[in-house]
Amino acid sequence: MRSVSIIGGGLSKFGERWDKSFRDLVVEAGTAAVIDAGIEGREIQAIYGGCMSSGRLVGQEHVGALFADFLGLNPIPATRCEAACASGGVALRAGYLAVASGMYDVVAVGGVEKMTDFDSADVAIALGGAGDMEHELFFGATFPALYALMARRHMLEYGTTEEMMASCSVKNHKNAVHNPYAQYHNEITIEDVMNSGYIASPLKLLDCSPITDGAAAVILCASEKAKKFRKDPVEIIASSQASDTISLSNRHCMTELHATKVAAADAYRRANLKPSDIDVAEVHDCFSIAEIMAIEDLGFFDKGKGGPASLEGLTALNSEISINTSGGLKATGHPVGATGIKQAVEIMWQLQGKADKRQVKDAEIGMTHNVGGSGATAVVNIYKRL
Amino acid sequence: MKHPLPLIWRMIPEKYYLMGSHCATCKNDFFPFRQICPNCRRLGKVSEKRMPTTGTVYSFTEVSAPPSGFEFEVPYPLAIIELDNKVKILAQIIDAPMEKIRIGSRVQMRFRRVGDDDEESAISYGYKFALIEDAASSAKTDKPAKTPKPTVSKG
Repeated sequence: MRSVSIIGGGLSKFGERWDKSFRDLVVEAGTAAVIDAGIEGREIQAIYGGCMSSGRLVGQEHVGALFADFLGLNPIPATRCEAACASGGVALRAGYLAVASGMYDVVAVGGVEKMTDFDSADVAIALGGAGDMEHELFFGATFPALYALMARRHMLEYGTTEEMMASCSVKNHKNAVHNPYAQYHNEITIEDVMNSGYIASPLKLLDCSPITDGAAAVILCASEKAKKFRKDPVEIIASSQASDTISLSNRHCMTELHATKVAAADAYRRANLKPSDIDVAEVHDCFSIAEIMAIEDLGFFDKGKGGPASLEGLTALNSEISINTSGGLKATGHPVGATGIKQAVEIMWQLQGKADKRQVKDAEIGMTHNVGGSGATAVVNIYKRL
Repeated sequence: MKHPLPLIWRMIPEKYYLMGSHCATCKNDFFPFRQICPNCRRLGKVSEKRMPTTGTVYSFTEVSAPPSGFEFEVPYPLAIIELDNKVKILAQIIDAPMEKIRIGSRVQMRFRRVGDDDEESAISYGYKFALIEDAASSAKTDKPAKTPKPTVSKG
């Protein structure tokens, strides 16, 4: 296995991009990544693209080929990766493995989702397919509902409160103010969250990540050649992935995502690091309770302490550990296939010292945590400056 | 959402009778039906088994923003139910105001219409659960409850 580094990254603007099509978003992010890496298109040898619901929503399948075609990169191989909201993370890992194996020296990895053209009830059906269609969505279980069921248990078992959950959204909105790519640039208060109306009790509108259009891309390169392209590549020092039951109801425990714990343990072992070594982490806050479970499952806080830690501000920018400096899924937006790659781009910027007003001081080690469905897939990556 | 007719037909045993599976090697029950025991894999001896129809509420929520096909049902309670053999199952709770649903509430399976949003496709039916008021009347059983006899007026 060779060491792999990110030599460039780029995002499309996230939000309601009614003026841009699915393929426009891919080109917007892909072009930004290629320019950032300072490479020529002909130097890219393969593409891995993450996308969850293009068929269900846009009606477009075969998006690997579409990526290659509209990025002007034919005839290199292009492969789509799908793992619900972890599609981006899984695509990134596929690209990582392709370079680590020695098969390619330079690959492009992207993720995209076009969601705001559609009615929210139809988007709920598309996202619901990330769970068990025959036993969850069949009975009207939306994704907010599945996380609400976890939240209710977390509240019962650990005394987590709705205010603690709300504080995650408040912090993420605060971070997003300084992220020009974010969907939202407004700060919110705990009262705003508490008054925002139930989507699936106890989760309210402002506990939930929004429906978003967006794309993200990174260029991966064998670390031994990465410095030919730029002086500050970011090395992926561990990339781990795990699976769990597709149905929430089949889990032994509903107050943790077991796949996150397994992937994190493997990543820490491969990187020879421990949770306290991480300076900045982008975690999968599709719902506020998901951020609380993530910071526990990743080992930053003990089980049950994630809620109080969030409320006390221990996850704020430049506090004990800086969580979701981009604004997270909540405020940057959550174009599901793009999210896992967007997280990597944010960590790249943080480790290069390019995050402007949301910069974590002396950030040396970063982590991304991307989840598919209600936790059936988790991808955890650890990064450092090369 | 629209379900194809063969899918509705295939799901009849589990949706109508809570047909799951039992592994004779590790003695665990599973729902939905699995051909492969995740504990024992090749060593597992899996057969069909009906799940008990009573259990307790393990967690619950009230869905206010529905997926398409459920627009006319909102808000509706949804729960994870721990059946009396410890197997958990996701289902709607029916005929109860939200205030009465608690973690630990006793529930029993009911047979209900689940979806008929499309005039041209078949109506799908399946399990939902109702609160059982009197805990004593739901004596723990590992067998499916018998269909109660209709009460006949003797007037």
